[in-house]
Amino acid sequence: MTAVAVHHLYKSYTGKTAVKDLTFSVEPGELLGLIGPNGAGKSSTIKIILDFMKPDSGEVKIFGHQMNEADKNQIGYLPEERGLYKKLTAIDLILYLASLNGMDNALAEKRANVLLQQTGMLESKKMKNKNMSKGMGQIIQFIVTIIHDPKLIILDEPFSGLDPVNTEIIKNIIGNLRKEGKAIILSTHQMNQVEELCDRILMINHGSEVLYGDLKDIKASFKKHSVQVNVEGEIGDLPGVIDKKFNKDSVELVLAPDTKPQIILDQLREREITINRFEIKTPSLNEIFLDIAGGNHE
Amino acid sequence: MNKTYLIFKHEFLHTIKSVSFIIMTLIVPVLGLLGIGITAMVTTLSEPSIEEITVIGYVDEVGIFENQTTQGLIKLVPFVSREDAIQALVRRDVTEYIIIPLDYTSSGIIQRYTLEKELITPQVKVEMIKRFLSVNLLEDKVPPDMVTLIVSPLNLEITRLNEKGDIALEQSNIGNIIIPGIFSLLLGLALMFGATTLISGLGEEKESRLIEVLFSSVSVRQLLISKVLALGTTGLLQVLVWLISAPLLLSLASFSGFMTNIQIPVNFLVLGIIYFILGYLLFAVLSIGIGAISSNAREGGQLSMFYTLSSFIPLWFSSLLFAFPDSSIWVVLTIFPITAPVQTMLRLGVSDIPLWQIMTSIGVLGLSIIVGLFLSIKIFRMHMLMHGKRPGFTEIIRSLKNA
Repeated sequence: MTAVAVHHLYKSYTGKTAVKDLTFSVEPGELLGLIGPNGAGKSSTIKIILDFMKPDSGEVKIFGHQMNEADKNQIGYLPEERGLYKKLTAIDLILYLASLNGMDNALAEKRANVLLQQTGMLESKKMKNKNMSKGMGQIIQFIVTIIHDPKLIILDEPFSGLDPVNTEIIKNIIGNLRKEGKAIILSTHQMNQVEELCDRILMINHGSEVLYGDLKDIKASFKKHSVQVNVEGEIGDLPGVIDKKFNKDSVELVLAPDTKPQIILDQLREREITINRFEIKTPSLNEIFLDIAGGNHE
Repeated sequence: MNKTYLIFKHEFLHTIKSVSFIIMTLIVPVLGLLGIGITAMVTTLSEPSIEEITVIGYVDEVGIFENQTTQGLIKLVPFVSREDAIQALVRRDVTEYIIIPLDYTSSGIIQRYTLEKELITPQVKVEMIKRFLSVNLLEDKVPPDMVTLIVSPLNLEITRLNEKGDIALEQSNIGNIIIPGIFSLLLGLALMFGATTLISGLGEEKESRLIEVLFSSVSVRQLLISKVLALGTTGLLQVLVWLISAPLLLSLASFSGFMTNIQIPVNFLVLGIIYFILGYLLFAVLSIGIGAISSNAREGGQLSMFYTLSSFIPLWFSSLLFAFPDSSIWVVLTIFPITAPVQTMLRLGVSDIPLWQIMTSIGVLGLSIIVGLFLSIKIFRMHMLMHGKRPGFTEIIRSLKNA
């Protein structure tokens, strides 16, 4: 059953459109990247999905029906800006919020210990939240989000403020959750993050859909006819290359429409040029977004 | 387990473990004990021994004041001339002296001389000197037993009857106002504490965005009703601690001679608990509305001053209540929900409150809580996600219409 189905969603605040005709869905075992610049309408979309606010028009279905109170036990939500009850210990906070999602205390404690162990926080479980670093607090909030084993997980900027080590830990856990069949929405303005994790993406700007579909298909459709090379020595003029773009440590060779990358590689070999890197150029999501939106960020 | 109960339990335990709640709850019995102790100590230390009888000199220029020179703990010593009296005062043989001038019987003026810096003459001395003068003035003119009566002609024994003409259970007494007066003050403080606790908790949850995490698990109604009930129970626990400590304090007070004439109005306990709970619930509901529209806890605290300070209005005007207990303004304040708890408690000690006023007051309070909760939930639903910016009045009205 589809975890989230959104149909023609509209929302505006005092005349300003926040969400405009959004339609998308998320299936179990899928990680959908909800991406776009700051102010694109990602958080508004999430808040409508979570029933924090009503849309002006359109429909949201969770697990095949309009959201009800019982569904809340099956949803885990990590908000963008995060905080904790300062006077509670980490474990008390986790157990309290797990209990609000209908989880048995003993089971919650068992699962909390596993997650704390995975994130390297087990020794800090009795530490009061006010004494924790920002990163530690964010790990605890992430654990709170998934402690009750929800079927639908919504993560709003989950890596914001995390150091590389913790980012990697959280990425691994997210990957495992997807393998377990959870439906995950990952909202972020850091488009490079979703490239590693997501199956599909919904890119929005000014509240409207810009791109929606399979990440590989999207990247393929935006694939440029060029190669990125790093060589020792001068390349010189190559037949079939119509333009060169020099970067810091590489050169992008823009190919003529009928030139295949293999021909360029062969030419370089023939000229006995040492090749350190030869890569068919695929655009990043950021570049795709800039291409589409023309750099018109909010 | 029921989510409302889980939040209720969390909020209740969180509040009663807070330092401010513990201080607020314990400070009443502790201050009461301190007050009784200090009063008893001051009284004991201030009681004069036999050797400490006050000696006042007097110069009788009229020539008729020579008897009854010992009045209570004051002994009046005659001097022939003003100079002798001054010398005695300087030598500290007397603490002060008075001159009864020649024209006293026509002017009634007595001159008093003392070394002490006093704003007013102590009432005990005034009374004793008065008795000394009266007794001597009346001597030989009326029978001795009449002299005592004339000097102290009024000793009122008041008995209050009920409407059937029987002796009323509750007699009028200045001691009646003490317990309701203290209770109404504590009630006002407790309501202020409760409102502040709720607003600061909501502020913390809004600022940290924990409110969003909570609302992804529970409904707005569940969260807010749990908070209101938890605060009400916290208040009830507080008042129970005070009520349990009250008999001990009262017996200690009576034992120490402090406040010996205290009576508790018959319906005070029942109405006290009812108004305490209703007051707490009303203030909790108002605080939710304020918490919803405030951009942070500090702003919420400032906005809540409107109703927390208003609840003290009856105490500000309590002296007028004692002087004019039947004014219709007290009826208005008894029925107006924000002032009703404190005003009713105060009036219980001063006069009877007609049943219709109490019923109307409780009814209006109850209705205000229900309507307030309904509106507060609506406002909260619309503005719960806002932080850093307070909605304007028109925006709030619009949100009430659209919610």
